[in-house]
Amino acid sequence: MPANPQLNANGELQHLLSIEGLPRAILEQILNTAESFVGVTEREVKKVPLMRGKSVFNLFFEASTRTRTTFEIAAKRLSADVINLNVSVSSQTKGESLLDTVANLSAMQADVFVVRHGSSGAPYLIARHVKPHEHVINAGDGRHAHPTQGLLDLYTIRHYKKDFGALTVAIVGDVLHSRVARSLIHGLTSLGVPEVRVIGPQTLIPAGVAALGVRVFHDMRAGLKGCDVVVMLRLQNERMNGPLLPSAQEFFKNYGLTAEKLALAKKDAIVMHPGPMNRGVEIDSPVADGPHSVILPQVTFGIAVRMAVMSIVAGN
Amino acid sequence: MTSRLPDAEALIPRLAAELKGRVTPATAMIGLHTGGAWVAERLHPLLGLKEPLGLMDIAFYRDDYAKEGLKHDPKRTRIPFEVEGRDLLLVDDVLYTGRTVRAAMNELFDYGRPRSIALVVLADRGGRQLPIAAQHAGAQVEVPAGKRLRLKRAANGRLTLELEDAG
Amino acid sequence: MKLLIKGGRIVDPASGRDEVGDVFISEGKISGKKEKADQTIDAKGLVVAPGLIDLAARLREPGQEYKATLASEMDAAVAGGVTSLACPPDTHPPLDEPGLVDMLRRRAKALARARVYPVGALTVKLAGERLSEMSVLAQAGCVAFSQANVPITDTQVLWRALQYAATFGYPVWLRAEDKWLSREGVAHDGEMATRLGLAGIPAFTETIALATMLQLARSTGARVHFCRLSTAAALDMIRSAKKDKLPVTCDVGIHYVHLSETDLGYYDTNCRLDPPLRSQRDREALAAGLADGTVDCVVSDHAPVDEDQKQLPFAEAEIGASALELLLPLTLKWGAERKLPLVKTLARVTSDAARILGVQSGRIAPGAPADLVVFDPKQPWRVEPAALKSQGKNTPYLGYELAGRVHATLVAGSVVYEQK
Repeated sequence: MPANPQLNANGELQHLLSIEGLPRAILEQILNTAESFVGVTEREVKKVPLMRGKSVFNLFFEASTRTRTTFEIAAKRLSADVINLNVSVSSQTKGESLLDTVANLSAMQADVFVVRHGSSGAPYLIARHVKPHEHVINAGDGRHAHPTQGLLDLYTIRHYKKDFGALTVAIVGDVLHSRVARSLIHGLTSLGVPEVRVIGPQTLIPAGVAALGVRVFHDMRAGLKGCDVVVMLRLQNERMNGPLLPSAQEFFKNYGLTAEKLALAKKDAIVMHPGPMNRGVEIDSPVADGPHSVILPQVTFGIAVRMAVMSIVAGN
Repeated sequence: MTSRLPDAEALIPRLAAELKGRVTPATAMIGLHTGGAWVAERLHPLLGLKEPLGLMDIAFYRDDYAKEGLKHDPKRTRIPFEVEGRDLLLVDDVLYTGRTVRAAMNELFDYGRPRSIALVVLADRGGRQLPIAAQHAGAQVEVPAGKRLRLKRAANGRLTLELEDAG
Repeated sequence: MKLLIKGGRIVDPASGRDEVGDVFISEGKISGKKEKADQTIDAKGLVVAPGLIDLAARLREPGQEYKATLASEMDAAVAGGVTSLACPPDTHPPLDEPGLVDMLRRRAKALARARVYPVGALTVKLAGERLSEMSVLAQAGCVAFSQANVPITDTQVLWRALQYAATFGYPVWLRAEDKWLSREGVAHDGEMATRLGLAGIPAFTETIALATMLQLARSTGARVHFCRLSTAAALDMIRSAKKDKLPVTCDVGIHYVHLSETDLGYYDTNCRLDPPLRSQRDREALAAGLADGTVDCVVSDHAPVDEDQKQLPFAEAEIGASALELLLPLTLKWGAERKLPLVKTLARVTSDAARILGVQSGRIAPGAPADLVVFDPKQPWRVEPAALKSQGKNTPYLGYELAGRVHATLVAGSVVYEQK
């Protein structure tokens, strides 16, 4: 197997493609740097001049206003220039290959490519073909990884719970199709969380998941017992009525987070969700808006984490 | 210029005495991580200042990011007072090229417009590359070529100035 | 034209012969008599074996000439010591018309390199609905009928196709795959697919289809050869079937006895294969099954793919690996790892394959066609694009060094390749 495609010859972060395979020291570097940026986001002048003159290209092959906007805000707070490219799938089928698109953008002096793509592995292909001074940040590839989301989830957990070494974390919902779940699992196991659980029906739990170091629960009540952190995954519409699940209502009955089920977790458990939420499908409103929910702070932390990732890779 | 290194501990009370005449209770102090913060932590209680000590990391304002990247995990800048209209003391351990102070001032102005800034350093080793000067310097130190002047803090808090090879 | 191959180590799996000697060739056949030769090939220190018989190599003609041409792939074949190959019916258009089959055979013959045996489409356009005109196709030269990698989903059609083929004794070569279960998958449904976020193809997509096909084979009496088995579980089923004296045979692709899902690494599209590379236990079972004879022979499953179609995200990349020139060194590597004598190693790509194909080559005996390969089993070479004659440079072995270099290849007594 080739060398880690994310690290340069000095072992520094060149690209952020996946949390899997990153040394613990680099994960901690990102979280620590993010903490400084949280300070920046809290003051009047929310910008620092760190990446002035650098160009960040948002290359989104899969539409997403939320994620693209947070990356844009993060880049602008670093004083970078931001160019947004929504490369819809149809322009791809018009003949320009993925690599041709990237090569054209390279010619326009890009420093950072933030890439979201529907196919797992696409950012790896791009990272293999960019110039040495160019950096790739994966904003989500297929069902494989969403490392900045995983990092902001880790940051959130660290902020509220301090010590990873004593936690029980449960991830609930469609793990099979979730890049958020995979990234978070890798992050939690890398940082030494002793018990990571996935909870969902058999149809939504991937075959090899136990090999990632998690315990599988099909019974949500059993899975939530004693949890410090509950992460609810979004259930996409297209999964809801078909061979995977009969209906949203039935999903909510068995796997939706209500106050009654949450009471089985620890008294000071926190509830997280990568957003956007389907209220009444994976989580009900009283919990989403309740005292255990840290869903809104996740968003703020997300900007600081993305600032940290960009400034670390762009400097290497 | 002395070529023997001065005793850092002795410089602290000397600086404090010099500053006592210059400050009012409303003056605020900001120490630059890491060495400047140590010096500021020692000076602050000696001057009767009303506002708590501010600490600043200039990592995001450095001028060498393109060459060096983000080398260390930046510490968090915390300025627990209003900068606008304030008389400030900016404290660092060693003044050399002046680039750190330039970055610190840029960062400071993103918090507000101070009324004045006075630079306080434990040691001035000359070698300025920018038009920056210290209003208060504990000592002038000559540093031999190929060496770097560093402030060290022992486990018991004792500060010492040391020379090490410039990497 | 009389030829003498002098002083080589003659390895003939069909007879078990492994000794230094001379091979005399006359009128395109192996001669039983020592005759004065017009040309002599010095084979001292080299192995002289029957030319390799590869039951699955795609030549991309007709229809896909931008990927490769008959000429380039036939050059690749003989450079790899392959003297006979069967090509699957998944050309464009598929080999479901005698005119296409005829044209392919004639073009191959005109190139005068390896012998080409077309495998005809079992159903029209490989669509799995209507039976193809098997008799007419057989007359045009098809040696068997197959669906290539396009499984028939309507089991009734499959049943009828097997009945029809059995009527005339035509062999049917089938890939055991349940299309419904595998349709979204791109990688083996195991640990790697979960890590890489790729849709999985569980092992039971093969065994469920195999169970159906074995029962239909039993019921119809059709001669079925199972292509590219990939799971340990499937091999167990074949073992049972053979024990029950069911006349089935099977092959595996050469990559599957060496590589597993782990080799996907960071989305190496050269490992985007069908069937997928499976677990290490499966690989071990296939390698052992090939040694103990449960698996009858090994094939290259050669599929040249152009660079652009591989420089894509894994799920979008085109399936296939270029393997004609690697069949010999990779088979030797397998044999060495299993500690088999050379005569047994080579059986799986010569005499055993010949038996399934139903041809006279694949052995060194008086009267047999003089299809031979002269090679150095120890000579190393680096697998690089420039070293491959095939237009397909898509191999998982790029950059690797392999042992086993062909010095000369003969078909019907003519030297069709010689190493410069």
